[in-house]
Amino acid sequence: MASLTVEALEDLAADPAPRRRRRRPRVWRGLILFAAAAYFILPIFAALRFAFQNDSNQFSLYAVRAIPSQVGFTAAFVLSLKLAFSTLVLTLLLMVPTTIYVHLRLPRMRRVLEFITILPIVIPPIVLILGVLRAAPLWLKSSPYLLSLVYVVLSMPFVYRSIDSGLSAIDLRTLVEASRSLGGNWVKTMWRVVMPNLRAGLLSASVLTLALVLGEFTMASLDLWTTLPVWIAQFQQVDAHIATAVAMLSLVGTWLLITVIVSLDRSESRRSRRRMGQ
Amino acid sequence: MTELASAPTPTASAPAGSRVVLDSLTRVYGRTRALDGFSLTIEPGELVALLGPSGCGKTTALRCLAGFEVPDAGRVLVDGVDVAHVSAQKRDMGMVFQSYSLFPNMNVLNNVAFGLRMRGVHAAARKAKAVELLELVGLADQAAKYPHQMSGGQQQRVALARALAIEPRVLLLDEPLSALDAKVRLELREQIRALQQRLAITTVFVTHDQEEALSMADRVCVMSHGQAEQIAVPAVLYAQPSTAFVAEFVGVSSRVPVSRSGEGVVVFDAAVPVRGGIAGVPAGDLDALLRPEDLVVDADPAGLGVVTHVSFLGGTTRLHVGVAGATVKVDVRSSEAHTWPPGERVRLRVTSRDVLVSPRRTSAVAVEE
Repeated sequence: MASLTVEALEDLAADPAPRRRRRRPRVWRGLILFAAAAYFILPIFAALRFAFQNDSNQFSLYAVRAIPSQVGFTAAFVLSLKLAFSTLVLTLLLMVPTTIYVHLRLPRMRRVLEFITILPIVIPPIVLILGVLRAAPLWLKSSPYLLSLVYVVLSMPFVYRSIDSGLSAIDLRTLVEASRSLGGNWVKTMWRVVMPNLRAGLLSASVLTLALVLGEFTMASLDLWTTLPVWIAQFQQVDAHIATAVAMLSLVGTWLLITVIVSLDRSESRRSRRRMGQ
Repeated sequence: MTELASAPTPTASAPAGSRVVLDSLTRVYGRTRALDGFSLTIEPGELVALLGPSGCGKTTALRCLAGFEVPDAGRVLVDGVDVAHVSAQKRDMGMVFQSYSLFPNMNVLNNVAFGLRMRGVHAAARKAKAVELLELVGLADQAAKYPHQMSGGQQQRVALARALAIEPRVLLLDEPLSALDAKVRLELREQIRALQQRLAITTVFVTHDQEEALSMADRVCVMSHGQAEQIAVPAVLYAQPSTAFVAEFVGVSSRVPVSRSGEGVVVFDAAVPVRGGIAGVPAGDLDALLRPEDLVVDADPAGLGVVTHVSFLGGTTRLHVGVAGATVKVDVRSSEAHTWPPGERVRLRVTSRDVLVSPRRTSAVAVEE
């Protein structure tokens, strides 16, 4: 507020020439924002247009209507959802306690952990999945949940950073010690003190993990499982309009999922505020 | 700030203090001995301050008592029971931390009630107790607020209420005032002391601020290198420091080179007895450690001292006198300070019955903490 006031006063005091100069960056900012928006929106717009056209390039909903009846779609969709949620649960179960432990007991290991979590970005997915397929036992290779384990590794860079920044934003050691001195055991301390204060980090980690898994193609394809992205790629050969419509619905579905998670967080915040008002 | 006098009397169930014995505690981190056979006994209802410079082991001692550190050797006795290996959550010790430790996701009421909730106390009972404790620290009207909506002083008062809500056997205060501004610090200091005396709760207070320690504690334990240098009531600690470290760390002292003379030493051409006798003093050159108020200054054109600097402190003025290669600090009444302008030649005299001596340092300098 204070800075706005100062800015306004400076604007009033300044002569017209500098004011004109000051407007230029705003124009550039607008142009850059427009270019960036176009970069993202144009392909989506083009795909949407294609999805709502028939073979005669006329507007049609046939592709959307035909989706549920296509062979393999439901199975691929359900498999993707199962993999997404199993990956999310495994990732959080692995990364949350690990990151908290490192923050509390092994702060010097943070750099090592950071390095380890970067590896999935450095190592190409094809190398990773070929190595996994060679090393995994047969019973695991025959299960789609092998992909979940690989996705856990893939999501580590994003999940670790989300949780790490969440933990860095609070005085974890003091909060944990305060809880323990008041009689809280480790489980209650984690559940009632640490997790609620880590909500933003956990939310961000969850959103990133779900988005990653629901869009992953390479590993699922090489592991010979037909997840939704694999089904879309395969179905392009049959009907490109329907495949594009599914890709668009997948995009919308992911957004909806993220919106639901963020809404849940907001409603929790509102409940907290209401409790405060009581 | 709400006056403590208007606060309600605590419940009849308020605990009597516990007796705490820290017996030969040793805690080693790599090559550093944070605690080196540290021992201290705290009587029921007593407030003992652990005072010392950074790295002296005072916080480690408190953490061993709280259960956040396990000593490598030694015992932590609370009412005669060794709790050195009992986890923090089972020790029944309330702790107030240096940094604001309120749970950000809970409002003030829930913060104060947290310890009771962990103990399975019924919701209505814990709310009543939390409100009672908030009234005690004068924050009952802030119960619905969240920590980020409160000032640092208010947060520490809530933290104090939270620690007291569980009726702890021992109250542990880990530099709870160091993050606060001077005025709030002074107010809260008085409030903590008044509450501690009213509740008669055994309290350990860690601080590096000697004024805090001397004004609040029944006894002060000065620590250095993981050991207790001296444990005494504030007046004795100040007037009769047992070691050079205590004399220099607590209050202001000046080191002055002296020579031996029979059972005493010669200070400013006068023989003065050595505190505790000369027999225990190690051989070699000695310095005397002199308090500013234990010296008087006389105008003397032939005197060995020269006033080098004058500092106005309010009621008193501190003269810095250069003598025999050392700088000696002497307090005089401000109304008389004009008599000794910088450059004036003066003669110094010791007025105390005896002086503390210590092996001479290579460069004798005045130390002020």
